Amino acid sequence: MLRFVLRRLGVMVLTALVLTFVVFYLTNLPPNLEKLARSEGSVRMTDAAVASWIIDNGHGGSVFYRYAEWLGVAPGWVLTDDKGVTRGLCIRQNDDPALAPTFCGIFQGNWGFSTVFKKPVLYSLGKSMAATGWLMLAVMVVMVPVALLIGVLAGMREGSRTDRVLSTFSIASSATPEYVSGVILVALFASPATGLSPLLSGWGWIGGKTLFLGTATSAMDNITFWNFALPVATIALYGVGYIARMTRASMTEVMTQQYIRTARLKGVAFRDVVLRHALRNAMIAPFTVIMLQFPYLLNGVVITETLFNYKGFGWMLVTAAGNNDIEMLLGASVVAVIFVLATQLISDIGYVFLNPRIRLS
Amino acid sequence: MTTAWDPSKPILEIEHLSISFFTRLREIPAVMDFSCKVMPGESMGLVGESGCGKSTVALAVMRDLGKNGRIVAGSIKFKGRELVKMDDEELRGIRGSEIAMIYQEPMASLNPAMKIGAQLAEVPMIHQGMGKEEAWKLARQIVADVRLPDPDRILNAFPHQLSGGQQQRIVIAMALMSKPALLILDEPTTALDVTVEAGIVDLVKDLGHKYGTSMLFISHNLGLIMDVCDRLCVMYSGEAVETGNVVQVFDEMRHPYTQALFRSIPLPGADKNTRPLISIPGNFPLPHERPQGCNFGPRCDYFEKGRCDAADIPMSDIPKGDRHASRCLKWAEIDWNAPPAARVVKQKSPIGRVVLKMEDLKKYYSISSGAFGGGTAKVVKANETLSFEAHEGETLAIVGESGCGKSTFAKVLMGLETATSGSIMLFDENVQSTPIQKRNVDTVSSVQMVFQNPFDTLNPSMNVGRQIIRALEVFHYGKSDEERTNRMLELLDVVKLPRAFADRMPRQLSGGQKQRVGIARAFAGGAKVVVADEPVSALDVSVQAAVTDLLMDIQRENKTTLLFISHDLSIVRYLSDRVLVMYLGHVVETGTTDQVFNPPYHPYTEALLSAVPVADTKVIRKRIVLEGDIPSAVNPPPGCPFQTRCRWKSQVPNGLCDREMPPVRNLAEGHQIKCHLSDDILAQMEPVIKMAAE
Repeated sequence: MLRFVLRRLGVMVLTALVLTFVVFYLTNLPPNLEKLARSEGSVRMTDAAVASWIIDNGHGGSVFYRYAEWLGVAPGWVLTDDKGVTRGLCIRQNDDPALAPTFCGIFQGNWGFSTVFKKPVLYSLGKSMAATGWLMLAVMVVMVPVALLIGVLAGMREGSRTDRVLSTFSIASSATPEYVSGVILVALFASPATGLSPLLSGWGWIGGKTLFLGTATSAMDNITFWNFALPVATIALYGVGYIARMTRASMTEVMTQQYIRTARLKGVAFRDVVLRHALRNAMIAPFTVIMLQFPYLLNGVVITETLFNYKGFGWMLVTAAGNNDIEMLLGASVVAVIFVLATQLISDIGYVFLNPRIRLS
Repeated sequence: MTTAWDPSKPILEIEHLSISFFTRLREIPAVMDFSCKVMPGESMGLVGESGCGKSTVALAVMRDLGKNGRIVAGSIKFKGRELVKMDDEELRGIRGSEIAMIYQEPMASLNPAMKIGAQLAEVPMIHQGMGKEEAWKLARQIVADVRLPDPDRILNAFPHQLSGGQQQRIVIAMALMSKPALLILDEPTTALDVTVEAGIVDLVKDLGHKYGTSMLFISHNLGLIMDVCDRLCVMYSGEAVETGNVVQVFDEMRHPYTQALFRSIPLPGADKNTRPLISIPGNFPLPHERPQGCNFGPRCDYFEKGRCDAADIPMSDIPKGDRHASRCLKWAEIDWNAPPAARVVKQKSPIGRVVLKMEDLKKYYSISSGAFGGGTAKVVKANETLSFEAHEGETLAIVGESGCGKSTFAKVLMGLETATSGSIMLFDENVQSTPIQKRNVDTVSSVQMVFQNPFDTLNPSMNVGRQIIRALEVFHYGKSDEERTNRMLELLDVVKLPRAFADRMPRQLSGGQKQRVGIARAFAGGAKVVVADEPVSALDVSVQAAVTDLLMDIQRENKTTLLFISHDLSIVRYLSDRVLVMYLGHVVETGTTDQVFNPPYHPYTEALLSAVPVADTKVIRKRIVLEGDIPSAVNPPPGCPFQTRCRWKSQVPNGLCDREMPPVRNLAEGHQIKCHLSDDILAQMEPVIKMAAE
């Protein structure tokens, strides 16, 4: 078991290196650097000035070397300009160049400085990750039990009325992307002009103008049911349909297996057939799907956070990408890659526990 | 629970039971007017070909016919209580506690994600409300009862960690957990090897006696029925056609179908040339296309128009019989002892020159033990020093249980795998290390294969004619499409299929017909050597005879060398000229059919022969049940591969069997065995199968 985890961790590190290099390469393409030079230096710089700015700020030279610098495995660049001022990747302003460390990449904890947020990348990243973490947690807590329940109820008696009703619901919800369901939810519950809110407020049942809040900005400081329900519902709705469909398929298949017949003919009551015999076997396939949902949540988060103006990871990613904030994007990609790989590792380990037929030596 | 029930009354009484399956199109009757009685302690056999409704009857007793199945008429009484009208609650009380079932595929019928112990203990916990600890204790005792070694380890194992035979013992243990009054066994040994089957059959019989359990034993194997049952009921196309006690039905059958069935199975004494099998003409009727009157009418030799097809035929009792009854109008008129009319004596084909010669063939596979490619590499010795010759026009049978390396051998010969060392000489050409992609068309077309499962080996989206023509194209036969089409039609004639079948899709064909297409395809390029890998084991007995006869006929005409791979010794005795017995990759005995089937035997051959059930009351068979399972080929025992299960091992001095691989010995001209036993002990061996003096 330990050897398996170690081997998987090794593979993870390799994958992370490859993926971050791809992101590094793409964000450091010459046009991006030119844009960076013009936004950081001056918009009216000449082409020659842009070229020298790029070199002066350590963006020249081989992309591999710069990647190594960024990682912190190659010595950071040091330049002394005409005025005798020495600047470098690892030299902070007003510091003595002689005392600065040689290496300063992400390994040393130096993730760079965000040009948009005017703060160190690590700080902004931490804050937005925390916000998104709460959102994801809420989504998972709502989505997984609901989806499994729907899937199992639908799958245990294939073709029954319960099955058809629940299947229709899950197909509909998995066919509605977040940018559609989000808008619909806002219109229904959080608009003072349409949907339920004007009615409820007319009857005097709610104090404010809307039932739910259409924006989740206030949830950054204080999460309440009224400001958090809609973003959570928007993300969960799509996932519920998808996971429920997978669970149902797996459950119907298990229910036709011979060992279910064996259990039935042993005299086991239907409830126990489902709970004791079918459930664990039916969970094997959806478990992988649920774990795959985590990386997918990062996607959903981008749309939903923008829609509800919730300043989490997704919102930050959109802002950073829109403003050519290279170091921020790189930092975000590192976090995303590690997150995806870690959930896959957990998924593989959990799979082994669910399925006794697979045993890791 | 059990209200007063008189133990002299039948434990199970089925009367005029009819079951139908309902589809959107129509009602499909699966079982019609079925009656039978099982007395306490009695075991009743249900015999018939696939689709005759025997499993449906069993599931009806369990009241588990699925959503589409329904009992439309009749009654099933268990201990005098009507099962047909019971509600779910009452049924649950009976299932597993008073009636238990044992299934065909043990692996599929055990829950893969539950420990064996938990699955066993569940039964008394549900029915007797037993505590968990006590239930596990009982489970441990029953596991020991079904003769499984190391019960504690087994209780904590998952099903996939056990072998097929062990799994079936667990299923049996599960059925016995609450000492049921009736045990239903649905083809319990079909998925197992013969030597394992023998052990299971013994176990079932002993436990039946020990607990006084009545049994309903479903099988297509008449020999097995004779071993286990007191009475039997022969079913055909949804109806019981004959019922009675086993000896009476076997010796004095009173229904033409029973008679035809016995004539189509290879019993000792049958011979492909002088006493060939007689297959039942025609096909099994589909459930919605059953004929008027007698269902067997269109295939019956004694059919009388206007009488047999007039109205439904009831069961009629046969006087002087022991509850013997037959569903035949003419049973009193037919001369049951008359020899079959259509017995064609065939010429034995001469055996020609050597076509195929294998010398010291070895095939090793290396596998790694780690789940992700790491770990130490192990070697599986699938074939060890295989040497033999096959002649033109000869049938060479290769016999052995699963895992003995017979299929690996076929793959190597076909070129699907290349041998590790040794040589394969095909018409003086060494093909040992030439994979099939690199063999020339001549070689490929002259070595062909007939596969085990005709259901999976035909392309489902291509019609029959096209598939045969495709084979002809691959073998570069003929110059034009027209020529190939003609050849294809000829081939259909050869395999006795109507020419109209060329346009049919595989799904429209029955199993036997599909296998004929497979044979036509194999012979399309004028194959000289045909490897038939269990060609009839997936088919019903009446069809088996027809397909084997077809193979024999084609062989006679084309002087083909047939390598017949099989685990079924009765069919091997019937059709082969020479036999090769394999065990764990080694050839342990080889010789002509007479030499191998008569003493002196290799101890493994002896056990194998005694394990095969024979459906003949006049045959006396010595029971030798092998202990344990076949050792794994990854980790074979030292010395003789068979020493772990050999009953003669004590006769060899100095523990030679544990240490040394026995050398190949010549016992007679062409008869070789690999065994340490001395000549005088071999000479003392008695024949396993004897005909009782008449």
